[in-house]
Order: sequence, then structure tokens, then C-alpha cells
Amino acid sequence: MPEKLFKVNHKEYILPGNRACQGCGLSLSYRYILKALRENTIMTIPASCLTVLHGLYPITSVNVPCLNCTFASTAASASGLVAGLAAMNRTDTTVVAMAGDGGTFDIGIQALSGAAERGTDFIYVCYDNEGYMNTGTQRSSATPIGALTATTPVLTKQQNKKDMMKIMEAHDIPYLSMSSPSYPVDLYDKFVKAKRIKGTRYMQISAPCPPGWAFPPKETVKLGRLAVETGVVVLYEIEDGKFRLTGRSKTLAEKGNRAPLVHYIEKQGRFKKMSMEQLGQMQKWVDSKWNEYLKRVE
Amino acid sequence: MQVKILTGNQAAAEAVKLCKVQVVSAYPITPSTSLTEYLAEWIERGTLKAEYVRVESEHSVMTVCVSASTVGARVFTSTSSHGLLYMHEQLHWAAGSRLPIVTCVINRGVGAPWSIFNDQQDSIAQRDTGWIQLYCRDNQEIIDTVIQAYRIAETAFCPVMVCYDGFVLSHTMMPVEIPAADKVNVFLPPYKPHTILSQEAPRNINPVIFPSQRRDADGVLRDGYMEFRWKLQNALEGARDVIVDVNREFAAVFGHDHGGMIWDHRIDDAEVCIVGMGSIASEATTAVDVLREEGIRAGVVGIRSYRPFPRAELREALKKAAAIIIFEKNVSYGYEGALCADLKAALYGTGIVAPVHNYIAGLGGRDVKATELADAVRSSLADIAGGVRERQTWLNCVTEG
Amino acid sequence: MEIKDDNISAMCKPAIGEAGRTGDWRDATPVIDQAKCIASIKNRPACYLCWLYCPDGVVITGVPVQIDLEYCKGCGICAEECPAQAIAMVMHEEVKECK
Repeated sequence: MPEKLFKVNHKEYILPGNRACQGCGLSLSYRYILKALRENTIMTIPASCLTVLHGLYPITSVNVPCLNCTFASTAASASGLVAGLAAMNRTDTTVVAMAGDGGTFDIGIQALSGAAERGTDFIYVCYDNEGYMNTGTQRSSATPIGALTATTPVLTKQQNKKDMMKIMEAHDIPYLSMSSPSYPVDLYDKFVKAKRIKGTRYMQISAPCPPGWAFPPKETVKLGRLAVETGVVVLYEIEDGKFRLTGRSKTLAEKGNRAPLVHYIEKQGRFKKMSMEQLGQMQKWVDSKWNEYLKRVE
Repeated sequence: MQVKILTGNQAAAEAVKLCKVQVVSAYPITPSTSLTEYLAEWIERGTLKAEYVRVESEHSVMTVCVSASTVGARVFTSTSSHGLLYMHEQLHWAAGSRLPIVTCVINRGVGAPWSIFNDQQDSIAQRDTGWIQLYCRDNQEIIDTVIQAYRIAETAFCPVMVCYDGFVLSHTMMPVEIPAADKVNVFLPPYKPHTILSQEAPRNINPVIFPSQRRDADGVLRDGYMEFRWKLQNALEGARDVIVDVNREFAAVFGHDHGGMIWDHRIDDAEVCIVGMGSIASEATTAVDVLREEGIRAGVVGIRSYRPFPRAELREALKKAAAIIIFEKNVSYGYEGALCADLKAALYGTGIVAPVHNYIAGLGGRDVKATELADAVRSSLADIAGGVRERQTWLNCVTEG
Repeated sequence: MEIKDDNISAMCKPAIGEAGRTGDWRDATPVIDQAKCIASIKNRPACYLCWLYCPDGVVITGVPVQIDLEYCKGCGICAEECPAQAIAMVMHEEVKECK
């Protein structure tokens, strides 16, 4: 059955009838994260789209133990779980903190930096839907330049996306990865690998958001693929400091035919007020990052 | 029992070691810092077997306490002033989660402007969070109250703040009898969490909850937000009995009785009753002894448990008072001292109509001497004789301009 | 370990349908043309990209492939991704009228 075709754990941990939006990029990603991590996992999640997916009292849509925490504290909540489990001699459990870009790049960055610096033995997952989507699409530091959001409703976001991967890399942690739900097996493999590694593992996922990015839900997977084709999203991992492109990004680097950024931009309503200057700036930003990655691979 | 000369922070640390705390999460802030430094040394030497998480902020301190307590570890932290303020959000979370976390608050004033010195604004400002608050007079009381705090917390499933005055107690040496470890082991059984976080029975803990009750998948009507919050309030009301019982049992085993909800000094025939918390109330006992020499029948009611508030005990203790004088090291800005406001509310409708005078004292570490307290009492008595039923005075403070 | 919920803090149990019958969210329903579906044609497990890309995991692999219409939200990703174009998103009559 599917596991023979796709070599993934066939079990589903997210129950149907949950509160995620139609076509949610987070939901698709989370399916594969939990398939990779399996039962002996404890999640800790802040107020976010994921909280809503997990469900409202007294029912949960996820068949894995989960502790909710405040918005700023995800990585600290995980640190407490790790310390508590160690004190109780429960060493077989993977502790996973999972927050959105708001809870990671912005309000949660302090706790995350602290946990990573201490070498806390946990997996931190950031699902990046490029804004505070749960509260209605407000801008975060992960929002790309030129995007309309509820708090940049006229002039669009003026700054480039924060490079959170670089920030996490600076913490000298044993494993980091960048994935997309449009390439679920690549995502799954990275989490299977991460589960076996000790120390702080930072996993960032680009999660397309139909309402937030203003595109039809049926195009979630296509749009994610286009992000990788243009180089806006690059699939890679850094293991013990060694940089490696993976999946489609690897073959793209080898064959060198990235699509122009505009093909990705024009598919999303949030960019309808993006200026030509901003587009040029973003193309430059995408190009420079791509070239940086290519240099690292050599 | 072993007697040692210890500072308040050392006494608290000894108690944490006796309670076999399993996770310590701490961040430095004056004057609490040395407490967790002693713990760090013992943990690194292996004297205390525990995990020590050197978090990057106080907000994370309390978060670590919450999640570690949720998986079943006995946890501890200590802080002061802005550290406590920074974890305010997490204090609400801890109480709503019904976790038996014990925190020492080494009382220190809050900015702006900065003060590193003692007052009680920091812990008083947390009175609405749902934490039990116990105030200590001296270092013996500190070591004993921390031990009792774990027993109270793990019975009522409410977090407990053990408060003591910064520098005045934290850095002052006093003789302390250290309870015997084997007796503490019997007095304090292992922590049994009510939270379930395991793969055998996956649960989602503390998600969003609706205003109304809602049926679960089995059709059973489950609580709404208000029901859970009522349970917290109910547990705090029920904690009165727990606090009293635990003190009684502790006194029987270890020989020290610090009072249940309140303690008192020469209150039986007192006409003028002083009320206070912590070391200022202790100082007031000296003032009372001096006043008694002059023929003024003064007494002190010391608040040990500020939350839950000792309404029944205060009604009983103050029923014959002709004057009530409150000394406190905090202000609920825009109104009056928090203890004064709470006390008057407790007396409402009881027929106790004694005038209540409120003295705000010692803010930002301003020294409060027993002689000043005695002078204040004399001044208030004179005013009361002249018909002044209500008075808010800032003790030994310039109050012009 | 003894599992006893004293119900003093909010702990949820897993169950299907936390958001109700999410099949009601649809304005178009996925219909699989089994004459085009690769697994049906081959009469064995094959392709299953609809299952792979479904964000809600409501595609039931088998021969034939089926979709749990109680909970399918109608996002249309399966129809979009099917390499055989075997899935059509059939718009509901009421929605057609509005449009």
C-alpha cells in the first residue's frame, strides 16, 4: 500500500474533521511530521494555527500527547519537558516544539535562542506561513517584501524576509533543515533523520496559506513547487555544519534553470500591490541567497 | 535537629534540597540570586540530584516550571521584582494549569525608577493570579514554609509563592534549625501529578476552550472556561484548611508552629490591632511591646497566608479592636494599600466598625524602625480620638509637591 | 501508569470530527472517474498521489481509491495533482445557482 510506494509510515495521526482550513499547507506538513516521529513524541505548541488544528476543548484532532503554552514560550516549554522527562528517567520520548513564523522569528525568538544555546535535546519545528495567519494575516518578520497584510494593508511590507535559518545556524546546532509540503517524502525523510540526532534540531517548513496568501486552496501543492522552482524556497539540510541541497533544489542546482520569481508572485493576491522595484529587490535577494547556497555546495 | 547560622536565601536553599526538588529553573535577579547559586553548586556536585535549566529569561523560568511539573517533576524557582513581573503571564498559566509549583519571591520594589531594595509590591501585584501566597517573618519560617509549601501545593493542586523580604531576610543571618531529612521524606510524599501526557493516553492539555460547556465525543457535557476557573477559586478557598492542617502536622513533627492563616502577638486583650505581613509585622511586635509599657493595649495580627485571604481569621481576631492600624510595603495605585483594601472588604457587614488607618511604609527599601511604628500608632490613636476614622499615611516620606 | 483524569485542568481526548462534519465545508465535491484512475486501471496499489497530497488524510487507499466525504473539505488538491486527471471537483447545485 502507500508505504511501499512512498516508503513512509502509513499511519495517520491527525484525525479527520479538524479545524484546519481547506488546502492548509501546515496540515499537509504536519501529517508527514507525525508520520516520521511516531507515537513516542510529546508536542508543545503555542497559540497559533496549529492550536486550532489540534482542536478546542474537550476534543483534540491529534493522536499524540500535546502541551499548549503561551505564545512566546514554545522553546522554553520544550526545555521544561526535556528537563522534567530527564528527571523522571523517561528517555525514550522525543520532545517537539512546533510554532509558526510569528512564534519563532518574532515573539518566540528569545526562548528559541536560549534553548538552542543550551544544546537542549529537542526538535523545534517552524511552519512558516509568512505572517500571523491565525489572528487574520498580520505581518511578521517572515513576510516577504511587497506583500499585503492586515498591518501593511496599503503600502505592503517594506523589508525582506528575515533569514531565520542563518540565525539558527549561528547557534552551532547539529541539524537544521528547510522543507516544503509539496515535497512530502523529502520532508518526511528529514524528520526521520532528525529524530535520531541528539541536541537541538531546527526544522523550518514553508507552509503555503490559501487565505493568507490569497490563492485558491487547490493550488497549495503547485504553489509550493513553484516556490522551489524559482528558488524562493530552497530545500536543504545542514548536518554538523555540512550544507547539502536536497530533492528538487539539488537537481535544480545541478541543471541550473530556476524560473523567474514573477511566476510565483503573480499567483498570489497578497502581491497585487507589489511594485516593480520591490519585485526587482526580491529577485536580487532570491538570486543572492541561491548563489550563496551554490557556493556552499562546491 | 542541626542548627546553622544561615541567611534567608541559604535557609530556602536548604529546604529545596530537603524537598528533593527534581527540576530547578532560574534566572539571576537581586536579591534572589544567591538562592539558586547554592542550588547550582549542589546540583553540579551531585549533592542534590536535579536538572538545572539556566534559562535566558524569567518568562522562560516559569514556562520550564510549568512543563516540567506537567510531566511529573517536582520543580522550584525563585525570583524578585521585575523577574516576577516578567513571568506574570506564566503565573496565570501555572495557576490555571493547577500545577504544584513552589516559588520563593524575595520581595523587592519595582521600577520605575529602579530599586533593588525591599518592598512587597512585586508579590502583592500578583494577588489576582490564583497563586497561594505565604509570607515569612524570619529565616526559620522560610525553611519551614518552603517544605510546607510543597505539601500544600501537591494537596490543593495550586502553585505557592513563599515570600520573604529582600536583604532584610534574604541576606541577614539568623540561627536556623534544619529539619531532619528522613522526617521530611515522611512529611512530604512523592509528587503525584494530575496531568496526563503519555503515548498510552494522548491528551491535548490546555487548548482553547469555549465560553459554554460542550459535549465530548462520548456525548458527555464537559466544562466551559468558567467551570475550570471556578474550580481554581474553589481549590484556593479549600486551601485554607490545607494550610492550617499542614502547619499543625508540621508543628507536631518538627516542633515549629508559624501559625496557619495568621499568627498573632498579644492580641487577646488588644484595643489597637496592628496588621501586617512579613518582616514589618515582625518589627511591629517590638513596637507593641514598647507601647504596652506605656499602657497602650496594642497587639499584632500577622498575615501568613495573603491568598487565600484570611477573612474568617481576621474577623475573629479584630472583633474587639477599637482601632486597626495597617502597615504595608505596597500600594494599589489609585486606591490604597492592598492589604488595607482587602481587610476592610473582609470586615464589611460584620459589625466591626473600628477605624482603619493605612500606613504605606518602607517602599524601595526605606528603613522601617520599630520606634517609627510605635510613633505612628500613637499618632493614629490621637487622630482617632479626634474623630479621624480613615487615614492613608506614607510613613517617613516627604509628601509635598 | 494509572490514568485518572481528575478534570481539574483542561485535557482533551482524541476524536474524529472536532470541527463537526467538515464535509459541509465543501462547495464542490471530488468525484473519481475509476476508468481513468491508475490504481483502478492496474487493479493494484499504484500512484496514490491524491492520498499523498491530501492535507486532511481523507483519501482511503485501496482498489478503488475512495474519499471520506463526511470529512473531505473540498480543497481540490487531489483533483489538481492527479496525473491522470481522474478527479473532477463537481460544484454543488446551490453554489452553481449563486454563481
